[in-house]
Amino acid sequence: MARQPDGPPPPPTVQKLRLRYTKRGPLRFASHRDLARALERALRRAQVPMAFSAGFSPHPKISYMGAAPTGAASEAEYVEIGLAARCDPEAVRVALDASLPPGIDVLECVEAAEGTGGLAERLDGTRWRIDLAGVDPDELGRAVEALLAAEVVTVSKRTKNGPRDIDARAAVVSAAASGETGRAILHVVVRQVTPTVRPDDVLAALAAVADLHPPLPPRAVREAQGRLDDSGEVADPLGPDREAGSRCQGEPQPV
Amino acid sequence: MTVESLYPRLEPLLAQVQKPIQYVGGELNAQTKPWDAVAVHWALMYPDAYEVGLPNQGLMILYEVLNERTDALAERTYAVWPDLAGLMRANGVGQFTLENHRPVHDFDFLGVSFATELGYTNLLDALDLAGIPLHAVDRDERHPVVVAGGHAAFNPEPVSDFVDCAVLGDGEQVVGDMTDVHSAWTAAGRPGGRTELLARLSRVEGVYVPQFYAVTYQADGTIAAFVPTRDDVPTTISKRTVMDLDEWPYPKQPLVPLAESVHERMSVEIFRGCTRGCRFCQAGMITRPVRERTITGIGSMVDAGLKATGYEEVGLLSLSSADHSEIGQLAKELADRYEGTNTGLSLPSTRVDAFNVTLANELSRNGRRSGLTFAPEGGSERIRRVINKTVSKEDLVRTVTTAYANGWRQVKLYFMCGLPTETDEDVLEIAELAVEVIRAGREAAGNKDIRCTVSIGGFVPKPHTPFQWASQASAETIDHRLRVLRDAINADRRIGRSIGLRYHDGKPGVIEGLLSRGDRRVGRVIERVWRDGGHFDGWSEHFSYDRWATAAAEELAPFGVDLAWYTTRERGEHEVLPWDHLESGLDKEWLWDDWQEALNEDEVADCRWTPCYDCGVCPTMGTEIQIGPTGRSLIPLAVVGAGPRPDVRAQVDVDVDAAVADPVHTH
Repeated sequence: MARQPDGPPPPPTVQKLRLRYTKRGPLRFASHRDLARALERALRRAQVPMAFSAGFSPHPKISYMGAAPTGAASEAEYVEIGLAARCDPEAVRVALDASLPPGIDVLECVEAAEGTGGLAERLDGTRWRIDLAGVDPDELGRAVEALLAAEVVTVSKRTKNGPRDIDARAAVVSAAASGETGRAILHVVVRQVTPTVRPDDVLAALAAVADLHPPLPPRAVREAQGRLDDSGEVADPLGPDREAGSRCQGEPQPV
Repeated sequence: MTVESLYPRLEPLLAQVQKPIQYVGGELNAQTKPWDAVAVHWALMYPDAYEVGLPNQGLMILYEVLNERTDALAERTYAVWPDLAGLMRANGVGQFTLENHRPVHDFDFLGVSFATELGYTNLLDALDLAGIPLHAVDRDERHPVVVAGGHAAFNPEPVSDFVDCAVLGDGEQVVGDMTDVHSAWTAAGRPGGRTELLARLSRVEGVYVPQFYAVTYQADGTIAAFVPTRDDVPTTISKRTVMDLDEWPYPKQPLVPLAESVHERMSVEIFRGCTRGCRFCQAGMITRPVRERTITGIGSMVDAGLKATGYEEVGLLSLSSADHSEIGQLAKELADRYEGTNTGLSLPSTRVDAFNVTLANELSRNGRRSGLTFAPEGGSERIRRVINKTVSKEDLVRTVTTAYANGWRQVKLYFMCGLPTETDEDVLEIAELAVEVIRAGREAAGNKDIRCTVSIGGFVPKPHTPFQWASQASAETIDHRLRVLRDAINADRRIGRSIGLRYHDGKPGVIEGLLSRGDRRVGRVIERVWRDGGHFDGWSEHFSYDRWATAAAEELAPFGVDLAWYTTRERGEHEVLPWDHLESGLDKEWLWDDWQEALNEDEVADCRWTPCYDCGVCPTMGTEIQIGPTGRSLIPLAVVGAGPRPDVRAQVDVDVDAAVADPVHTH
């Protein structure tokens, strides 16, 4: 007969925390799996009382969502963790931040408020900033206009099942150019769709509509991630938790 | 002198390569020191991919030992994959270290750890990328002193053209001595230039400087003589031995990579050396005597390491971990200490012994029992007597069956083929054994949900072992034996489907054999292979047997020798071997006698429990076996994962059970 672990099942999740963290500097080259490993080890070093799944290979309760691609920096990565003992979110943030390598910085930590829905559903758009060394803002501006004027821009995307054609235009909510001579900056808000339209795909779309080919590797930073509001902006995804938390202030907390 | 970071020029290239994270550094517990604050700069290299090299214990130990010195710094570098190497060459970016992306070219020492000879072409790749002349004699004071270490350095002759020094034995103390020599030479105004520096280094015990020795050959291709070309260098070079492992509790802060590596765990070396006397095993021969870390020393390293890394698993490392004199108590007390913390404890492959199942049960008492690995090495009882790793077939089957009965579902068995005196029958017994193991195992487990994986590789005779004189089996022989084994395992599908067979074909072993027992003439083959595009020879997708065979045929022909001469040729008792001047402490006569006893199928018992069998190491090296038990035990301790830290816990919620689990100490 197959062995079962002795003793009682692991303690249940009593609190969920939602965190925003960064991927800065050289660590932009970390993949989502690299980040997951780093985070799990940091949680152990920081002695955060994680809740675990049952069975012989228990896993800490961590939900990863919407990871930025390898090579892209981010100011707005999100993760939700389940704890087996209640903790002060700010103390967890500080302890975890101290345990993570520089560049992976935990900026916010809030308690998930009940009844406000899942975090993943609030992450339906990203505001990217893409630095294009060797490109002039005018040139980029014209390319952006051409992109926005197009109905459909098909680009080929590499997926694990081979190349696949996707419409990059449909996911672009807004786009604008700024910067100075030789250092254009593309600001683009992209809707979360499946498969994901990434900065590379937007640049491929600009190449397709306006023959824009940056001479140097572009550098993308995810500046914000969250719910797309009516104005096409990205709203703070932790807002609902924060509001619910402040309403509860002073009330006794359930244990 | 200030050294500039190569990172700004490297960064644009990283966007274009696979797994760029391996090139950016920033690992947990990586150390950075200001360049100008120290006198001596070491670049430490593991000559394989980052994912293989990063977990290497030897490199981590030396990294910490050197960085603890106030007058030295050490940074790490690994082999660069061809995609990035090509871009680096095109853009003039040199081999760099990970900590500060400093050019390897600018360091005082480049220390390279060779666990296997298949890293030699990667050494040449790194030297070339670093802009360091390939040949030691072409280097000057601007270039680092290139040092080879690791087990393969016990015969560095094949790479003697490319390295300035080879270091024999334990590295902990010798790196300090070399640092002292370098800084004294610098402080004195670098008298006599590079040659004088190397001469001074050659007088450090354990350091061999090949360019100060000349080799002559006889008409039949064997070595005639090996003579120093200076009168101030030693005629033989002795290995270094660290005697008290508790005094060297390294690594204290193991490196934790962001990238995935081949060992996703931390390791604690519980003892060094082995006197079991397995005749094929170079590691067991060259690392004598046995030196145990004490149970309390191990306990504090496990504790400190887990706190420093956040790893979920600890491997208790050594050449034969179940042989530690306190292993039973250690397993129990560690399992007690980490109960309920989701911390895994594991042993590497062990000898076939029922006690080892008990140990593994104890270590996995709170966790999954997925796989257990045993290393019988030889297929038949006869061949196991030849290699001096005696275990009867009945004991083997009983041990493996016990494992299945205790809930282990997967047992892996390591074997070698091509051992001296081996016939097809010896290898076919592996199939019989596996079939019997599955039959008995299904009965013991009460179900068919068990597997046995037979992992088998070709034997490569190594220097400083009783088999150093043996004829290596040809690739054809190995491939033939693997074929008959596979057919035998598959003969009965009802059983065979529970048996997995993992094997490597015989060709890479032939090249490993050439490099293992090669002499200085083999250097030309290595260089030729590298010039023809060879590197990452430990990776089947990069290894090319044809490239090696062609290079060997053409480069060795002028010397009247060939690949077979180095591999399948049996050596005579009085032949001068290329490593005879490199002293592992083993008496050559004892090795020869042990070789003869192997051919007679005679066993030798372990000298830890029976009288000394005069291998020669202890008297030659002035060392002795150091084993317990110490009688000490592990005290209960607040451990990682036992509960939240006081400063993380919410103040609103103090329930009694959780409070009891809190660590007693505060931060």
